[in-house]
Amino acid sequence: MCSYPVRSLLALGAGLALMLVGEAPLLEAQSKGTIKIASQSPLSGGQAALGEGIKLGTQIAIEKLKGPVEKHGFKVELVPFDDQAKPDVGVANARNIIADKDILVVIGHLNSGVAIPSSEVYKEVDLAMVSPANTNEKITDRGYPNVNRVCGRDDVQGPVGAEFAANTLKVKTAYIVHDKTTYGQGVAEAFRKDLEKKGVKVIGFDGTEEKSNFDPIITPIKAKNPDLIYFGGIYDQGAPFFKQAREKGIKSKFLGPDGLDSSDLVKIAGKAVVGMYYTTAAAPASSTQAKQFADEFKKKFGKSPEPYAAESYVATAIALKALESLVSGGKAPSRSEVAKAIRKVKYTGMTGTIEFDDKGDPKKASYYVLQVSSDNPEKWSENKEAKRLAIAAPAATK
Amino acid sequence: MIQLAGAVVLLVVSALAVAAFPRSILVFLLFQTALLAVYLARMPTWLRAALLGIALLVMMPLIGLYNGYYLEVATQVGIFVALALGLNIVVGLAGLLDLGYVAFFAVGAYSWAIFGSPQANAVFGGGFPLAPIWFYVFLLVGLGVAATTGVVLGLPVLRLRGDYLAIVTLGFGEVIRVLANNLDKPINLTNGPRGITPIARPPAPFGMPYPEYFYFLVLAIVVVVVLVNRRLEDSHIGRAWEAIREDELAAQAMGVPLVRAKLLAFACGASFAGVMGVVFSAKQVFINPESFTFLESIGVLAMVILGGMGSIPGAIIGATVVTVLNLQVLKGLSLWLNELKNAGVTVLGWNLANLPTQLEPAKYERMIFGIILVLMMIFRPQGILPVRRRQRELAARATTSEAPETVAPAR
Amino acid sequence: MDFALLANILPQVLIDGLILGFMYALIALGYTMVYGVLEFINFAHSEIFIVGAFVGVEILLSLKSAGILDGLPWPVVLLLLLVAGMAVSGALAVTVERVAYRPLRGAPRLIPLISAIGISFFLQDLIRLVESIWRNAFNLVYPTIDVLNERFELTPTIDVSLKSLVVIAAALVMLAGLHAVVNRTKIGTAIRAVAEDQTAASLMGINVNRMISLTFLIGGAMGGAAGVLFGVQYGLINPYTGFIPGLKAFTAAVLGGIGNIPGAMIGGLVLGLLEAFAASYLSLLTGGAFGAEYKDIFAFSVLILILIFRPKGLLGEVVRERA
Repeated sequence: MCSYPVRSLLALGAGLALMLVGEAPLLEAQSKGTIKIASQSPLSGGQAALGEGIKLGTQIAIEKLKGPVEKHGFKVELVPFDDQAKPDVGVANARNIIADKDILVVIGHLNSGVAIPSSEVYKEVDLAMVSPANTNEKITDRGYPNVNRVCGRDDVQGPVGAEFAANTLKVKTAYIVHDKTTYGQGVAEAFRKDLEKKGVKVIGFDGTEEKSNFDPIITPIKAKNPDLIYFGGIYDQGAPFFKQAREKGIKSKFLGPDGLDSSDLVKIAGKAVVGMYYTTAAAPASSTQAKQFADEFKKKFGKSPEPYAAESYVATAIALKALESLVSGGKAPSRSEVAKAIRKVKYTGMTGTIEFDDKGDPKKASYYVLQVSSDNPEKWSENKEAKRLAIAAPAATK
Repeated sequence: MIQLAGAVVLLVVSALAVAAFPRSILVFLLFQTALLAVYLARMPTWLRAALLGIALLVMMPLIGLYNGYYLEVATQVGIFVALALGLNIVVGLAGLLDLGYVAFFAVGAYSWAIFGSPQANAVFGGGFPLAPIWFYVFLLVGLGVAATTGVVLGLPVLRLRGDYLAIVTLGFGEVIRVLANNLDKPINLTNGPRGITPIARPPAPFGMPYPEYFYFLVLAIVVVVVLVNRRLEDSHIGRAWEAIREDELAAQAMGVPLVRAKLLAFACGASFAGVMGVVFSAKQVFINPESFTFLESIGVLAMVILGGMGSIPGAIIGATVVTVLNLQVLKGLSLWLNELKNAGVTVLGWNLANLPTQLEPAKYERMIFGIILVLMMIFRPQGILPVRRRQRELAARATTSEAPETVAPAR
Repeated sequence: MDFALLANILPQVLIDGLILGFMYALIALGYTMVYGVLEFINFAHSEIFIVGAFVGVEILLSLKSAGILDGLPWPVVLLLLLVAGMAVSGALAVTVERVAYRPLRGAPRLIPLISAIGISFFLQDLIRLVESIWRNAFNLVYPTIDVLNERFELTPTIDVSLKSLVVIAAALVMLAGLHAVVNRTKIGTAIRAVAEDQTAASLMGINVNRMISLTFLIGGAMGGAAGVLFGVQYGLINPYTGFIPGLKAFTAAVLGGIGNIPGAMIGGLVLGLLEAFAASYLSLLTGGAFGAEYKDIFAFSVLILILIFRPKGLLGEVVRERA
C-alpha cells in the first residue's frame, strides 16, 4: 500500500481538527440554561409525511407555549431527530439523545417498532418520552415510569369502532382490510375481536402492503357484498382503497381508525369518502381550539396538519406544563423529576383532558366517531360528530 | 517513521479530544480517521496490532463512558462489518450476485427471538423463554439455521447465471421478509408486524453494563469472522470460489466442483449473518420485519463494493464508512445546522431559522448517499481498499476509456 | 368453497390482471432494452418511470388550476400527458446514461449496478425535493377526469371502467409501435445489431454511443408512458411509489427472458395476471389462512419454478454469450 493514502488521511485528519476549532465556540454557547425537547420521528423515507407532522406539531407548540418556562431564565429549544422508521437508527439516535444532558423530554416516535427499543435506552436515564402516535399496547404495558402516550391504544380504538358499527350502524356483515403494520393490523384485530363478540359476522380479514392498486382485493369484497368495510391503516393507503372501491361500484359503508384523520383523505379520495366514519381521540376540529391550531399550522407551514401533528402539540404542551412546574427555582430539573412531573400533569386541550394512569396511558380517553361531511379538504374541520364514547385504557395485565 | 509518529499522535490527540468534547461528532470522526491511519501507516505488524488493540479494547469503551452514542455506533459498525464480510464471500470471492442477503440476518435474528422470548409459547404451549444463558448456544443455532437457509437458497439457483441469480436472491430476501410479516396465522410464529419482544439478553460477565458487553461481544465475533475469512481466502475452497467468479465454464472444465462450491459459498456467507442476527436480536430486545428490508441488503452490498470487492480490509472499511455516514455524518450535519438555527446564526445576512423546512439536510440523507455511491463508482470503482489485482485492473481501466487487456494476476 | 363465487369473479380478475400486466410490460421494456445492449440492470428505471407520472400530474394540476381541464376533450389531454411524460422520462434516461453509466462502460457488472442504485436513491429524493418546494406535498393526487371514470357493467360482476380500456388500448398501441420500430426500421435494426455485438456493429459504421443513447431514450419513454398510465389508473403517487412496480417489472423482464423484447411483454402480462389471481383468490381458496399479503411470494415462487425449468426465462435470452 503506497503512502499516498496515509498522507492524505493525515491531511484529512488535520482538516477535521481545524473544523473542530471552528465548532467549539458554538458547542459551549449552547449549554447555559438551555432546556431542549427532542423529537424523534421518520423525516425521510416513505413515512416522512407523518413523521414531519410530529416534528412540526412539536415545533409549533414550543414556539407558542415556551413563554412560562423561558420567563425563569431558560431557553427552550427543539432538537429534531430522524429515526428513518428504523429501529437501529432510532436506538442510535436515542443514545445520542441521552448523551445530551440538556434534553429533558423526547416527543416521539411514529412507529411502535422503533419506539419500543428506543424507550429501553431512554429508561436507562429516566428520560421521559411522550408519544403522540404509538398505539401498540406493549409500549406502556411494560410499565416503565418514563414512557407515556397521549394517543389511544389499538385495543381501545378497535372496540370503539366495533361498538359504533354494531350498535349505531347496526351492520350485519363486515369485511376488514388492514395495512400489515403494527398500527393497522393491531387496530383491525382489536376491531374484529370486539365486533365478533357483538354478534356481527366478519366475512373477510385481509392484509395488504399494496399502496396503489387495490383492484384485486376489491373484487372478492364486491362479490361478497358486506354491509361495512373497515380499513385499518393510514389515509395514504385508505384513500386510494376507498376511492377504487367506490369506482368499482361498492356500496358498503366505510369505517376506519384515526390514521384516516387528515384532510388529505378527501383530497385523495374525493366524493368516495363523503359520509364515511372514522374513530379518533382528537376532538372534532369544529371545536375552536383545534380549528385555531389548524389555521396556525397552515399559516406557518403552508399545509394542513397531518395526523398526529395535533397529538404532538398536546404531548409537547404537557411536557412544557410539567417543566413549568419545576423551573421556578431557576435551576434546570433532572430527568427523573421531569418524568415524574409529566405523569402528574392534567392537561385540557384539543384532544380532551389528558391524565396519565400508572402505566402512562391516558385515563378515560374520550373517543369520537366522526363523519366526513364534504369532499372539500378545506372543510375537513367541519366533520360532524356522530358519537362520543369514554373508554378507559385496560389496566395492567402483567 | 513520520507516518508512525503522525498516526500515534493523531490517535492520542483525538482520544483526548473526545473526552474533552464528548458531543462533537467531528471529534469522533477524527478518532476513527486515526484508527485508519494506524492501520495504513508503515509500521511493524506487532506494533500495529498493539495500537489497534489498545484503541479498540481500551480507548473505545472509555469513549463509550463519555458518550454512549459512539459505543452504539461502534457496535453497529461491528455488526455490519460481519455482514459485509459474509456477503464478501458470496459476492466478492465467489462472484454470486446476492441481492437478498438480509434474509440470512433475519433468519438468525428470529431464531433467537422466537425461543428467547415468550413467543415460542404460542407454538409449543409453554416452557419459554429459555434461560438467558442459552443465548450462547443459540449463536451456533443461528449459524446453523442461516447456513441451512443458504443451502436452501442455493439449490434452485445453481443453474442460474448473473442477473437471473440476482433477481432470485432479491425475491428470496423479500420472501423471508413477507413470511416474517405474515407468519402470525395460522400459527403465530413471528407475531407479524408487531414484532417480538422482550428478547432475553445473556447474563453479562463481570456485571458489565450491556452497551459495553455487546461491544466486546461484537468485537470478538468480528475477530473470529475475519480469521475465518482469511483462512477461507487462502484455502482450496477459496481458490475454487475465485475461479468460479472469473469464469465458471473454465473452472468447471478444470475440475472445480461447482455445486459444492456454490452451496458452500452461500452457506458460509449466510452463517456469519446468522450469528450476527442472534446478537442483533438480543441487543435490540425487540425485532420486527422492518429491520430486514431490501434496502438493508442493498446497503450491505454497497458496503462490500465501496470497500473493495473480495478484500477483507475493504469490507471492514466499507461497512464502517457506510454505517458512519448514515448514522453520524449526515445526522451530525443536520444537528449542527439545527444548532446554528437555534443560535440564530446568519449566513450572508439571511437568518438560517428561515430556512424552509423542506430543505432540512436530515431529509436528504438518501440523496447524499446516492451521490456518494455514483461518485465513488466513477472515480474509484475498485473501492477504497481493494485487493491488489483488482486495483490494477480497474485503475488501468479508469485511465483509458476502453475495456482493459488481461493483466497477469499478481498478489 | 363457494365455486360459484370463484367463477363469478374470474372475468373481473382477468381484466384487473391484464391492466396490471400491461403496465408491467411497458416498464419491463425499459429494463430489457437496456439490458439487451449493455448487459446491465438499470436500477434507476423505476424512478424514470415515476417521473413520467409526476410530469403527468403536474400538467393536469396546471390545466386544472388554469380552469381549462374540463373544457378539453379527454383524448387530447391523455395524448398531451403521454407525449410530455415520454419526452421527459426519455430525456432523463439519456442524461442518466451520459452522466452515470457511460464512464463505467466496460467495468465489471457490479460497478454500474451500484452506480444505478445510487442514481435511484438520488432521483427519489430529488423528486421529493422538487415536489416539496413546488407543491409542498408528498403525495400527489391525479385530478379525476370524470369521463374516464364511467363504468360499464357488462354483467353484475364484471365491471370495466373507460379508464381501464383506455389504459389497455394505449399500452397496446405503444407495444405495437415499439415492435414496429425495433423490427421494421433501420434504427431498430441498428439497435439490435449493437445488442448482438458492439464491436461488429461499430465496424459496420453504426455509431454505438448514439444507438445506446437511443435505446435509453426509447426505454425511458416507455417507462414514462407507463408512469402516466399508472397515475391515471391508480390516482396517487409519491416519490417512492416507483420502487416496487419497478422491481416487479424487472422480475417480469427476467421472467420473459432478459434482453428479449417480446419476452418482456409476455413476462409483464404473466406477472400481472399471477399477481391479480393471487391477490383475489388466495384468501378465498385457503379459507383465510393465506391472504392477499402472500401475492408477491406466490408470484415470486412461480418465477423460481419457471427459472428452474427454463433458466433463461420463458422466451430465452437474446444477449451475446460471455466469451
